[in-house]
Amino acid sequence: MQKVYTKIESIVGNVVTVKAEGVRNGDLALVGDSYATVIKLDKDLVSLQVFAGAQGVGTNDEVRFLGKPMMVSFSENLLGRIFDGAGVPRDNGPALTENMIPIGGPSFNPSKRILPKNMIRTGIPMIDVFNTLVESQKLPIFSISGEPYNQLLARIALQAEVDVIVLGGMGLKYDDYLAFRETLEKGGAMSHTVMFIHTASDPTVECTLVPDMALAVAEQFALVGKKVLVLLTDMTNFADALKETAITMEQVPSNRGYPGDLYSALASRYEKAVDIEGAGSITILGVTTMPGDDVTHPVPDNTGYITEGQYYLKNGHIEPFGSLSRLKQNVNGDTRDDHRALMDGMIKLYAQYKDSLEKKSMGFLMTEWDDKLLKFGKLFESKLMDLRVNIPLEDALDLGWEILADCFEPNETGLKSSLIAERWPDKEALK
Amino acid sequence: METVTGYVTGINGNLANVKFDSAVRKNEVGYILVDGKRLKGEVIRVNNGVASMQIYEMSNGIKVGDPVEFTGELMSVELGPGLLSQVFDGLQNPLPQLAEQCGFFLERGVYLDPIPDREWEFTPCVKVGDSVEAGSIIGSVPEFRFTNQIMVPFTLKGSDWKVKSINDAGSYHVRSTICVIENGRGEEKELSMVITQPIKQANKCYAERLRPSEPLVTQMRSIDTFLPVAKGGTFCVPGPFGAGKTVLQHSEAKYGEADIVIVAACGERAGEVVEILKEFPELEDPKTGRSMMERTIIICNTSSMPVAAREASCYTAVTLAEYYRQMGLDVLLLADSTSRWAQAMREMSGRLEEIPGDEAFPAYLESTIAAFYERAGKVRLKDGRISSITIGGSVSPAGGNFEEPVTQATLKVVGAFHGLSRERSDARKYPAIHPIDSWSKYDGVVDMDRVNDARAILRKSVEVNQMMKVVGEEGTSSEDYITYQKGELLDAVYLQQNSFDAIDAACPPKRQRIEFDVMYDVLFTDFEFDEKKEIRAFFNQLRQEFLDWHGTRMDTPEFDAQKQKIIDFYNAKAVN
Repeated sequence: MQKVYTKIESIVGNVVTVKAEGVRNGDLALVGDSYATVIKLDKDLVSLQVFAGAQGVGTNDEVRFLGKPMMVSFSENLLGRIFDGAGVPRDNGPALTENMIPIGGPSFNPSKRILPKNMIRTGIPMIDVFNTLVESQKLPIFSISGEPYNQLLARIALQAEVDVIVLGGMGLKYDDYLAFRETLEKGGAMSHTVMFIHTASDPTVECTLVPDMALAVAEQFALVGKKVLVLLTDMTNFADALKETAITMEQVPSNRGYPGDLYSALASRYEKAVDIEGAGSITILGVTTMPGDDVTHPVPDNTGYITEGQYYLKNGHIEPFGSLSRLKQNVNGDTRDDHRALMDGMIKLYAQYKDSLEKKSMGFLMTEWDDKLLKFGKLFESKLMDLRVNIPLEDALDLGWEILADCFEPNETGLKSSLIAERWPDKEALK
Repeated sequence: METVTGYVTGINGNLANVKFDSAVRKNEVGYILVDGKRLKGEVIRVNNGVASMQIYEMSNGIKVGDPVEFTGELMSVELGPGLLSQVFDGLQNPLPQLAEQCGFFLERGVYLDPIPDREWEFTPCVKVGDSVEAGSIIGSVPEFRFTNQIMVPFTLKGSDWKVKSINDAGSYHVRSTICVIENGRGEEKELSMVITQPIKQANKCYAERLRPSEPLVTQMRSIDTFLPVAKGGTFCVPGPFGAGKTVLQHSEAKYGEADIVIVAACGERAGEVVEILKEFPELEDPKTGRSMMERTIIICNTSSMPVAAREASCYTAVTLAEYYRQMGLDVLLLADSTSRWAQAMREMSGRLEEIPGDEAFPAYLESTIAAFYERAGKVRLKDGRISSITIGGSVSPAGGNFEEPVTQATLKVVGAFHGLSRERSDARKYPAIHPIDSWSKYDGVVDMDRVNDARAILRKSVEVNQMMKVVGEEGTSSEDYITYQKGELLDAVYLQQNSFDAIDAACPPKRQRIEFDVMYDVLFTDFEFDEKKEIRAFFNQLRQEFLDWHGTRMDTPEFDAQKQKIIDFYNAKAVN
């Protein structure tokens, strides 16, 4: 039974209010021909948030309540498809209506979680060696606008060993959307990818739906045993969309205009990352652009408290300092016996290289040791830090040893003697 | 008593307005009936005959006109034997049992019994005719290594109650009546092993509160010696993300010398709770040799679980703590993080359209935080036993800036401040507690005068370091340079601890006193060197010797030998 209401009481921002009865909180409605959800009930006044924006909505437009919450179709047919934030196909394919599942479902029971223990190989040394990505991890890329974060995301999507990729694009530039599509099609990954894309010119409300759509689909794939990688770019746009709706709803802002529940809103999305015992997993890699390179801005700040580490993208590479994968300890003990020691040793030397570089720029005298460090730093940046480098973990570790042997005497590396005896490339130097 | 009912008239986020027919109390629990499910909520405001309820569940699907049942009871938890080693959500729902019933996801409207359905070996300790009052012990049951005392409900009013009947020793079901009491007016009450306690009412069934004087040992040198926590005291751990708040709290939960540890994971990552869940059952409590989990209760309301229940979770935790304090035990409550709890209050306040204070936090933020921390305390119970609750809350300040309202409100009421610094955690210094900015009002395991002397050296060392950045090493006098090196040594080998090392991860007070004596001697010995290079080499070597000392087990010949080696090493360079 669908009842039609034609008396809209108020239209403010993207929110319309209509007098209606028997409506449930969170239900879906059609205002004219645009979808909307019920966000507030007050006696017989129902407030609806219109996805496509309230522009052009008339007070005599029809409002039809559909009697169900926002849903998304889930089946294998999703793979290879592209949708917008409201779940409408963007790729001229047929609309999917089978097996509809609600979005923004309940939280995973913490007692059913298991400790993450599988590494996700990406072929990027700065990730694999230094800040290993772990299955079921939630990790943002903190970046300034202008950095190649979307290219990085696309590359990880292509190279990561996962079963399904779900891409949630929020406020994407149209070019970026096309670039994503092209990269994935060329790389042959499109066949196991689902995209929910909100571009910068689409209505704001749809932006807030993208993560929920993407994660609801990901959750279903994970439950049937798939390893799912969810890419969310850019979460700052998502937070800004939340801010916009909160302000038009006249909510009291807390910090720089963002709503007081920003932390909860971000956490309920990121916390969907999970490794399910006896089934699949969800790994979330997000992008958070930092306005003005300010990590204390509310969006990166709240994100940092939620996620398990972060990758800092700066000057075209992943910064060794500040980047952190909190879960790497869970996996890098079982990769290769020299992984941890080499990782620590090289980072310490790289830190010393930075000091030498500073000394040099201030015009101090360079010692022989400084020269060695400068050589090491250059090799490290070009052979390991460069984002174009694409080698498996084992090769990257071997390369690390070669760089060390190229620059230092064995006893200068600060590594354990037993490890050096086993791994040092030039055995002659050990005698 | 007739059930009070009502119906929903409005809904905004997780706040529901309810029209009711007779009388409701503020903070009473009500259920909204939706699709055959009962969603729990709490009345937080009554205005013009409309009760505003915060709903502890997702509010999707509620419609105007949905029926509401009020219970007349305040938001409460159930206390009884069998709580230890369990994992609850903020409303005391046991999560593993919930998973058995509902599968992977938290289903709303399912509330399970927190008290395990089983029998216990009961031993009475009162006779018919004995006088009892709120908090009186009527008997006990053994639970793990503890004697779980069965008490008269803390909410019992009046002092003229007498035992009318009491069961003999034997095995009884936890919910069966084991005792009947009556008062002068002939009213009777049946008591079982389970009591119900409202979570927002502090339990005051003790004779008097005492000043926290005895240190609560955490086996961390920087805390126990420099920034001590007292049994019955309060402390807070603010820090930016990634500074190691949670790692520090886990270590305190592991090594803290308390009888019972309650961990309230309030609005933080679920993964961190999983780490405790997987790690603690394997760990051995050094005091008893039993599993660490047997002394632990986890309240887990992670960031993606409903916000209103997050607000309740801190109260649930402290109410459980008060139950064990009433048994004469020392309880350590760790809340991670109180900022999320404050944010939950902010969200509700916004929905109630209250006038916002600083950063939109409600005006009552400070008094609420104060009231929470004031539930800690060392007390003398009515039978003379001394027991305590120590509360440690972590704070997650926005942007790592301690000037924000939650940190400031917390600092006003706590007895110790362990501020974590991003600088120290980036430099991989553990624990990342800032030794100069942090403070404590309690006495530690070492004589505080000497600690203050050592801190003065540390402060001087930091000043010299600042100066050196400008004038360079060459422009610094040998004397200043030695002070700088002394401070660095104190930091590197006393304040820092290797959490991965089996021996160094936990440093008992006796060992702290021995190590501090040696360290103190180094700090106040005058040395003479020819050049800076020699000073650096000397302190590097000394540092290495101290680190080697940390690796030896106490009360072994190696320990004493290494101690002597250190003393001989630095005395060789000392000026007499």
